[in-house]
Amino acid sequence: MSKPYTTIIGLEVHVQLATKSKLFCRCSTQFGAEPNTQTCPVCIGLPGTLPVMNREAYELSLKTALAINCEIPAFTKWDRKQYYYPDLPKGYQISQYDLPMSSNGYLEISDDKGAFEPKRVRITRAHLEEDAGKSVHDEVAGKADSEIDLNRTGTPLLEIVSEPDMRSSGEAKAFLQELKLLLMHIAVSDCNMQEGSLRVDANVNLHIDTPQGKIATPIVEIKNMNSFRAVERALDYEVERQYREWQETGKKIGDAPKQTRGWDDVAGVTRGQRSKEESSDYRYFPDPDLVPVVVTKEQIEAVRNSLGELPADLRKRFTEQLGLSAYDANVIVNQGRALIEYFEESAQKCGDPKAACNWITQDILRYLKDNEQTIAEFPISAATLGGMISAINDGQLPKPRAKDAFEIMRSENLSVAEAIKKLGIEQVDESAIEDLCRDLLTKNPKIVADVRGGKAQAVSSLIGQAKKLNPNIDPGRFREICLVLIESGKV
Amino acid sequence: MSLVETSATEQLERLASGDITAVELTQAYLDRIAAIDGKVGAFLRVESDAALSQAADVDARRKAGKPLGKLAGLPVAVKDVLCDQSTLTTCGSRMLENFRAPYDSTVVANLKAADAVLIGRTNMDEFAMGGSTENSAFQLTRNPWDLERSPGGSSGGAAACVAAEMAPLSIGTDTGGSIRQPAGLCGVVGLKPTYGRVSRYGLVAFASSLDQAGPLARTTQDAALLLETIAGHEPRDSTSLDKAVPEFSKTVTQPLKGLKIGLACEHFAAGLDPEVEQAVREAVKVYELFGATVKEVSLPNSKYAVATYYVIAPCEASSNLARYDGVHYGHRTDEKAMLADLAMERKSLEAAGDQVALRRLDSSLVRMYRRSRSEGFGAEVKRRIMLGAYALSAGYYDAYYLKALKVRRLIRQDFDAAFAGVDLILSPVTAQTAFKIGEMVDDPLAMYLVDLYTVSANLAGLPGISLPCGFSKAGLPIGLQLMAPPLAEESLLRAAYMYENATDWHKRRPKI
Amino acid sequence: MAITRADVENVALLARLQLSDSELDRLAGELANIVDYVDQLAEVDTTGVEPMAHAVEVHNVFADDVVEPSLSREAALSNAPRHNDRGYLVPPVLGE
Ligand SMILES: [Mg+2]
Ligand SMILES: [Zn+2]
Repeated sequence: MSKPYTTIIGLEVHVQLATKSKLFCRCSTQFGAEPNTQTCPVCIGLPGTLPVMNREAYELSLKTALAINCEIPAFTKWDRKQYYYPDLPKGYQISQYDLPMSSNGYLEISDDKGAFEPKRVRITRAHLEEDAGKSVHDEVAGKADSEIDLNRTGTPLLEIVSEPDMRSSGEAKAFLQELKLLLMHIAVSDCNMQEGSLRVDANVNLHIDTPQGKIATPIVEIKNMNSFRAVERALDYEVERQYREWQETGKKIGDAPKQTRGWDDVAGVTRGQRSKEESSDYRYFPDPDLVPVVVTKEQIEAVRNSLGELPADLRKRFTEQLGLSAYDANVIVNQGRALIEYFEESAQKCGDPKAACNWITQDILRYLKDNEQTIAEFPISAATLGGMISAINDGQLPKPRAKDAFEIMRSENLSVAEAIKKLGIEQVDESAIEDLCRDLLTKNPKIVADVRGGKAQAVSSLIGQAKKLNPNIDPGRFREICLVLIESGKV
Repeated sequence: MSLVETSATEQLERLASGDITAVELTQAYLDRIAAIDGKVGAFLRVESDAALSQAADVDARRKAGKPLGKLAGLPVAVKDVLCDQSTLTTCGSRMLENFRAPYDSTVVANLKAADAVLIGRTNMDEFAMGGSTENSAFQLTRNPWDLERSPGGSSGGAAACVAAEMAPLSIGTDTGGSIRQPAGLCGVVGLKPTYGRVSRYGLVAFASSLDQAGPLARTTQDAALLLETIAGHEPRDSTSLDKAVPEFSKTVTQPLKGLKIGLACEHFAAGLDPEVEQAVREAVKVYELFGATVKEVSLPNSKYAVATYYVIAPCEASSNLARYDGVHYGHRTDEKAMLADLAMERKSLEAAGDQVALRRLDSSLVRMYRRSRSEGFGAEVKRRIMLGAYALSAGYYDAYYLKALKVRRLIRQDFDAAFAGVDLILSPVTAQTAFKIGEMVDDPLAMYLVDLYTVSANLAGLPGISLPCGFSKAGLPIGLQLMAPPLAEESLLRAAYMYENATDWHKRRPKI
Repeated sequence: MAITRADVENVALLARLQLSDSELDRLAGELANIVDYVDQLAEVDTTGVEPMAHAVEVHNVFADDVVEPSLSREAALSNAPRHNDRGYLVPPVLGE
């Protein structure tokens, strides 16, 4: 960080909650339906219609708010945010203004490769609101008519607003990844960015050290970022741009109003968007068609307890109780719920979490990656993997044959026992090894002499032959027995 | 006595006994409408064919001994603000001149389920904003007692059609007095239920926290019958009360013993027409004859009710009417003409080199909004939208909207305190009798002050009823208002019946 | 509390109304009168009084998350001033 400035980043994330029906009507929230086939008098905002709050939407938002460590006030209400746009049929969005359903939370982020120090990103608030529809228009010419599709209108969104606590695009990306992991872990959203289930806007500016002291550049809000990668690139671009602009114009915060810029992923640049002239005056007021929601401490605790272990808790337990390295714990937890469960079950089965972790992180994840599969599709069940590890640990499955066994268990979908059988692996008893040692040593007096001469490692040269004669032999054990025979003068 | 002069309750008995058929009854009203509505102008649309076939269907089912609804065969007129998918819902506005809702309001659905015959849609002030029905974009409605005078409003058509015997029953809506005031000025019974007693689902919103639909009829018993038909819980309406609905029509005739009536000094203050005051004081005496105890109560904050109302109602209205933007439904301006004008404006600004004006020039979308709304709305609606948008705009919220919400609670607390000592509060409905058409069009504020005695019930969410209690020397009806605690419609109706039964004001008929 | 003509023009844009000069002048006067009248609320002492946004104060009214049939697209678009049988059509939302 030799740069002469600090980057200040805050994020605003809109998450679509995983309800079947919309926030205020019973239309489906299914993605991808034909335009205007999932609307009703309520979400079209026809005269006389009224909203009724979707219980599931409220409960999912409560779950999420608690998962991101927010405080839940006893009383919350919904307000009308008023502005005109063709995809907003009522002329207002039902949102939350001065009394959001949650506030003052945080999310902890870190980086395996130590790109930044682990830190706590504060969350200002999270509130429940309705989505707008879609306007399809010719962005370039801006001449053709716009076509409005109201299918998405009224879909429940949780707006999560962070404090400007991030100091690099990397931190912003980590925040988003951790948030997505958490939301998917507690199953409140599918977080599908392509389908718009997770939308990110970023506020960024620079604090520049100058001889006259710190100077802040005007805050810019970046929109239209359709992937975490895009967020990272857009922020990096914007930081450069703002620094350049400051060098050229010397513009400070306050000199210019907050600007909105759109990210062009192809061109790799942000572009200024024309600000709606009077758009700032939303004339919020409490929606008289909706009634407030009141929650008790008991209800809040019940939801909190229903959350179970969150990713952060799992990482802690895997390192502190199961003895995984921080790195390994991260790799497993960051894969999401399915793999976490797979790991826990296999570790449970064999009582050797480290071994289970190694097989998963080294062999299984690589396989899944190469074959673009998910753990659900993987032929070896967690229980079977656990069984295999037990077999190795109690010697039924000699270590040197383990990978072979694993391979045919996967490719031919066999149990450990079947694999051991198929590979012709059977336990080699001590006498058999001793006979083999005696036999080979008598055939190689030179090696016996070398060992007596103090070069114990000479025995190693016999291992190759030994393995030819008996593939199941454990090289370590073979060496030990040879040495014992030599020392005891039995050969 | 001709069929249309009889009460709905009596008509229902005769329908049940087979003495008359629904078709005969419906035809009798259609004939009456044909004969006099040209003069009164109560109906925006008379649904003759639909009504007659509905009536025929009821007669057929009755013949076949099939089960029938509570109002089977009884004609009901509906204010053109409650959605009914079998007709238009215009709200008296050009904006919705051709709007056909793809769904039924709860009130209309309840009427259909009760086998009522929906005979037509009544005139109203545009979006229920007004107290004279002069703000209808389509026609004037005249007071059946004096065709030069206003029937009041906004439910002027609803009150006039009942007063002139063009319907036995009608549905109105009341946001600041819009049922009780026209009922009072037209000499009929009008009841505004407790907020939430009748669902607002499908009632095109004016001010959501104040709007309430209710019955208009010629007798208290008829009003009770219609109220119990339209009231009840609606899960699609968050503000609908989940409370059982008593059979008001069964209990309405039972007198109340030991009735305690409160008179608010604030309701008998300066500005009250002496003729009106005298009629109301006479009504008080009638109750005393029944052994009711009458005492003074005070509603100290009621003098702020109109000011409170004229902040809250326009704020909510400005937001509720934002949806009329000509995009998804309703009036849209002629786009070609609009674009042409816009192009001309741009040219002249460019010619003048007025960069500032050019930057502020509307986009074609914004101009479409502005022109569509300005063409679709009338003067009063624009006035209230502007007032509300202003009061909610940055910097004024606390001084107006938030302040009004606090005063609103004080007004409610005044009533709670008063009702601790009395069962009902009695007052005039309006300070004056029916005013001349056109008399107040140039003085919006004076028009607003007509709501003086009625708005409090809306702000506090209380039920209130208006019933005939006399006539001025000029022969204009005078209205008596009774207000009760929340959900006390039953005692409200029983108390009203006691008075009605002892007087015959409700039997008088206008000569048209 | 004086309302300038500029105020009225701003509010007209906020409310998406297009008002003629005469309407603007008339409204400036009328709104001023009404606002003067409602300014009497300022004299009421409301310290410690909770705002009352609803006539009847209930809370926690919810609906179950159950999908019900939507309108057919034809019915949905049936009141649209201009549509292409797939969506509502409006002048470009971007551009100019
Ligand atoms: Mg938002
Ligand atoms: Zn819907």
